[in-house]
Amino acid sequence: MPRFGRVAVQEKSKDFKGSMKRLIANLKPWKYIMIVALILAMTSAVLSLISPDLLSNLTDEVTKGIKPDQAKFEEIIENININLNSEKIDKKLSNLENEVSMTEEELSEVNNVFNILHNSSEEDSLALLLELPDSVLLYLLDDIKFEKVIITSEEQLEILKAINKINPDDSASSLKAIDELPSNVYDLIKPKIDMVKVKNITIVIAILYLISSVFSYIQSYSMSTVSNRFANNLRRRISTKINQLPLKYFDTHETGDVLSRVTNDVDTVSQNLNNSLAILVSSITLFLGSIFMMFTTNWLMAITAVLSTFVGFIAMFIILNKSQKYFSKQQEELGNVNGYVEEMYSGHNVVKVYNGTKEAMKEFSTLNDRLYIANKKSRFLSGMMQPIMAFVGNFGYVMVCIVGALLVMNGKITFGVIVAFMIYIRLFTNPLSQIAQAMTSLQSTVAASERVFEFLDEKEMPTQKDLKKHLNKSKVKGEIEFRNVKFGYDPGRTIIKNFSVKVKPGQKIAIVGPTGAGKTTMVNLLMKFYDINNGDILIDGVSTKELSRENVHELFVMVLQDTWLFEGTIGDNIRFNKEDVSDRKIWEALKTVGVDHFVSTLPGGLDYQISDNDAISQGQKQLLTIARGMIEDAPFLILDEATSNVDTRTEELVQKAMDKLMEGRTSFIIAHRLSTIRNADLILVMKDGNIVEQGTHDELLDQNGFYASLYNSQFEK
Amino acid sequence: MLRLFKKLERKDIIGILICTILIVTLVWLELKVPDYMSAITKLVQTEGSEMSEILEQGGLMIACAFGSLICSIAVGYFAARVGSSFSKTLRKDIFNKVGNMGVAEIKKFSTSSLITRTTNDVMQVELLLGMGLQAILKAPIMAVWALFKILDKGFEWSILVAVCVAILLFTVGILMIIVLPRFAKVQKLIDKINGVARENVSGIRVIRAFNAENYQKDKFNVVNDELTNMQLFNQRCFAILNPMMMLVMHGLTLGIYVIGAILIESAGMTDKITLFSNMVVFSSYGMQVIMSFLLLAMTFMIFPRAQISAKRINEVLDEPISVIEGKFNGSTKEIGTIEFKNVSFKYPDADEYVLKDISFKVSKGETIAFIGSTGSGKSTLINLIPRFYDATEGEVLVDGVNVKEYQAESLHNKLGYVPQKAVMFTGTVSSNVAYGDNGKDDIDSDKIKEAIEVAQGADFVSQMEGTYEAHIARGGTNVSGGQKQRLAIARAIARDPEIYIFDDSFSALDYKTDATLRKELKAYTKDATSVIVAQRIGTILNADKIVVLDAGVCVGMGTHEELLKTCEVYKEIAYSQLSKEELGNA
Repeated sequence: MPRFGRVAVQEKSKDFKGSMKRLIANLKPWKYIMIVALILAMTSAVLSLISPDLLSNLTDEVTKGIKPDQAKFEEIIENININLNSEKIDKKLSNLENEVSMTEEELSEVNNVFNILHNSSEEDSLALLLELPDSVLLYLLDDIKFEKVIITSEEQLEILKAINKINPDDSASSLKAIDELPSNVYDLIKPKIDMVKVKNITIVIAILYLISSVFSYIQSYSMSTVSNRFANNLRRRISTKINQLPLKYFDTHETGDVLSRVTNDVDTVSQNLNNSLAILVSSITLFLGSIFMMFTTNWLMAITAVLSTFVGFIAMFIILNKSQKYFSKQQEELGNVNGYVEEMYSGHNVVKVYNGTKEAMKEFSTLNDRLYIANKKSRFLSGMMQPIMAFVGNFGYVMVCIVGALLVMNGKITFGVIVAFMIYIRLFTNPLSQIAQAMTSLQSTVAASERVFEFLDEKEMPTQKDLKKHLNKSKVKGEIEFRNVKFGYDPGRTIIKNFSVKVKPGQKIAIVGPTGAGKTTMVNLLMKFYDINNGDILIDGVSTKELSRENVHELFVMVLQDTWLFEGTIGDNIRFNKEDVSDRKIWEALKTVGVDHFVSTLPGGLDYQISDNDAISQGQKQLLTIARGMIEDAPFLILDEATSNVDTRTEELVQKAMDKLMEGRTSFIIAHRLSTIRNADLILVMKDGNIVEQGTHDELLDQNGFYASLYNSQFEK
Repeated sequence: MLRLFKKLERKDIIGILICTILIVTLVWLELKVPDYMSAITKLVQTEGSEMSEILEQGGLMIACAFGSLICSIAVGYFAARVGSSFSKTLRKDIFNKVGNMGVAEIKKFSTSSLITRTTNDVMQVELLLGMGLQAILKAPIMAVWALFKILDKGFEWSILVAVCVAILLFTVGILMIIVLPRFAKVQKLIDKINGVARENVSGIRVIRAFNAENYQKDKFNVVNDELTNMQLFNQRCFAILNPMMMLVMHGLTLGIYVIGAILIESAGMTDKITLFSNMVVFSSYGMQVIMSFLLLAMTFMIFPRAQISAKRINEVLDEPISVIEGKFNGSTKEIGTIEFKNVSFKYPDADEYVLKDISFKVSKGETIAFIGSTGSGKSTLINLIPRFYDATEGEVLVDGVNVKEYQAESLHNKLGYVPQKAVMFTGTVSSNVAYGDNGKDDIDSDKIKEAIEVAQGADFVSQMEGTYEAHIARGGTNVSGGQKQRLAIARAIARDPEIYIFDDSFSALDYKTDATLRKELKAYTKDATSVIVAQRIGTILNADKIVVLDAGVCVGMGTHEELLKTCEVYKEIAYSQLSKEELGNA
């Protein structure tokens, strides 16, 4: 099947050999099914190699049915001629009057003919002879026996008459003459197809084709099973891996990058694996096999076939090589147009108001023209493959025919060999382009799998097997202590230098500072998302280093500013991973945060499906995440108050809900409200990732430092 | 689809015509090849044939094959040209159309959908056209022509070919019916698995905090298995196609020989050789017929996709533009004034009004601010000034002239608009600040510098590599949100507009920067009128006029002090942000 517009962009792997090995090693669970599939692919290829040979036998059988047995025919005529030799005729003639009743006139006519016959050349003799009355001729001709078949005198007469009609300048007339022979003679010399043999060969070939097809189906079936199961396994491993990677990975890598590994790369691996491996095996088998078969059938024809196609392949590879740069050029231009379109469309209002539309159209036109040229070239070049392949096939075909015809005429081979070679040529030219294609797709498989493995190889969080301590969350009092904590995201850049503070149960700690000051760092450390470099964080006197991450997480309720809701029902979002939460409890939580009314107005209530573009506003989403936190009963709270996307009415609701959440918990609040800040038992002021000041509101104002300037800035005229 | 093809330019149509002629020639040549083949076969079979005759026929056959090579390359060239040129036209039309669209239309389609329509959908149509010029044109010509060539050469063989074609079409048809709808489902599942994976990464902190890793993993695995099963089913169905095709094609060859054997056996001597060479011809023409039908069936598989794409493109091109520009571009009596006269607004398909009966007037040099909860209509209100939307009722006047009467450009020349979400374009700091055309001289580097200084951006710009010529990445990903906002403000300043419009443009700045920026801006643009939408009371405290909106209705208008006394909604908003004494201090 021809592929149109398929642009082959070479994806280069960093270490093809190593990654290939790794890929194969990872396919181990399916090794048996794969081996079976590959053997089937090979067998199927071998079977299709045998069939031309059989087809050639079949053709030879059919060929036998075209030409009559000329030698036998001549022998029969020879036999009839013996009947007509002079001695015999003379003897018979003397008896003629007694045997055949005829008039005087007739008799003298007969004598006359024979007189002429004696003196004339042989060529005209038959015509002359046939001028005699049939009765005379019948008398003259004796029945003869040829190969157990009795040819009567009447039949002999028919034969002679038929031969007489042959025009030596018209080959068709001789065939026609044969058609007019009496049936018993016709049967003797007519060309015979051995129908039994034809039937047998046909059955064998049909069975071969059938088996070959069944094998090839089983092979495709198994390979698609392998590749899909493998993809499933890879995705599963990636999703597990996401949970085992330190948060640092996600803070330093783009979400899109991880996602493209889950979908695009895994897809590439499975798609291409499905196609390339089996095709590669069967194509190589076909290629080598057809060369072998050709050379064993007839070496001269084989050389002709190989040489004549080879020229074509060289041309193809030259084009393929040259066109590579146009393909990447096309991709590049496509990327440019895409990027520009994205930029202009998303900035549409600015483009409009700044009167940039004309300029945008002009710029787009330039990019569009460049894409057009690159597109045209690459499409043209990729479209050239197919015709060239067809020509190579045809050229090889003709060469085989010509050389074959020569050999047939010299009697060196039969016509069937040509038929076989016609098929060999096809079998020989197809795999080469398939091998080239399969190699390309294998390349991209390896490159894609390399990226997946790279992700799977990322350093995981340290194991927690030797951590024996466990804090029961219902018994924790809520005391937390930072003791000489040192921390930096990058080694050598410590941002929290020596931080110590002791927080009593139920206290409220506000974290303030301008955007980007590193307020999330505190969340990261408290939640053990990042490990501290030095010092210790103790919960109820127990070092968090001795607690598992899960145990630490259990002790905290965390509500962040970016409202994270997943696609699912409202109930699922609030219940989350706690299965034993009753609907009643969820409604209570919703009531506490004040969205019970809102949720009950949604179609389906708790079963309302949350999706991306929705009727649920940012503020309501935030309230829902607070409700989710409400259900989690833990002694500590981490809360990000920012409500910048929320309107003031909802903000009030959110704040009330947050205040409720803080009740009775030791709370760390990334504060944006003055009321929170002023009521806090401790304020941590952060700047450039560092804790620069700490104390209560009044203490900090008295210090007249960074906090004071920050605080006062909002009232400046 | 057909409607779309009306967009083909004259030279494209000429290209298509040339393609058609070339394809007819190509088919003629390709079908000639078997003729020579049969001639060669006959010669080989007949005794006493001259070698020179075989060479002659072989030479002609190669000439034909070469001719068809040239033809197909030429067809490929024209197809590539027409396809690329058509997609270029489509892309340009869509882009220009989107450029002329109003915000309402863009919102209706959503930006991301418009992007896919401009690129991917156009690609799909181009693919069909490119393929169509080669396969869809060629296949029927080839099939019919080849059929005519063989029809009189043997009834039995023709039946066999017909049966083979029927089997193949049936198989392809069944597969299409079974698998095509499932392809759509696979796409949905891929979206879903993407969604869950995105969820897992974006919510990683929450998931870990709730120890919900396994919960998410299970969710992922459910979709993963679903996707795998669906794809397995599809691929297993499709796996049947190739063996089936091979079987039918091989079966055809075999069948032709078997039928040939029977026919030859029972024929008279005169017909035998003719039958034999017909048999050889049939085995290659029959293959051509089958291949043509197969090709046609394959194109039908991509047809539905292209059809959908064409529909999506047409939707964009057919979308009526709601905002049509006027003709006025002269000078106005007033300068720097905005007046709303009983303006009401509702979205085209909506029942509820977003704005109801709003009236106010701002004079030159004044600052007017709008405040209210989300959904109160404040952003919508200022969107009426640059005509992102048109008022449903009432009039919006800029410099005393209705905005509908202005030529878009001359209205925009008066405005300096800074959106909620700062927009950056690929380029440099300077090219971003000097962006657009304000109907005056080009914005020079001094002006750019000045604008950035006023916008409080000089500090960070001077720290960037290349300072004013520093590279801004696509979407401005290499500058922070606050920096983007300051550059966007600088862009408005560089335009020297009569009227500034700030749509919540200070939200990403911290209090201190916000305050300094506004102070310096005020000093710099003494004569300019400012329209500000804000969430923070602090931002608008000093405006000459504050308009308080609640559910689209103006519930208060005046200065901060006046409103604190008279407007309940304003007071509520203010108290939620600042404590009483602080408000008093201010």
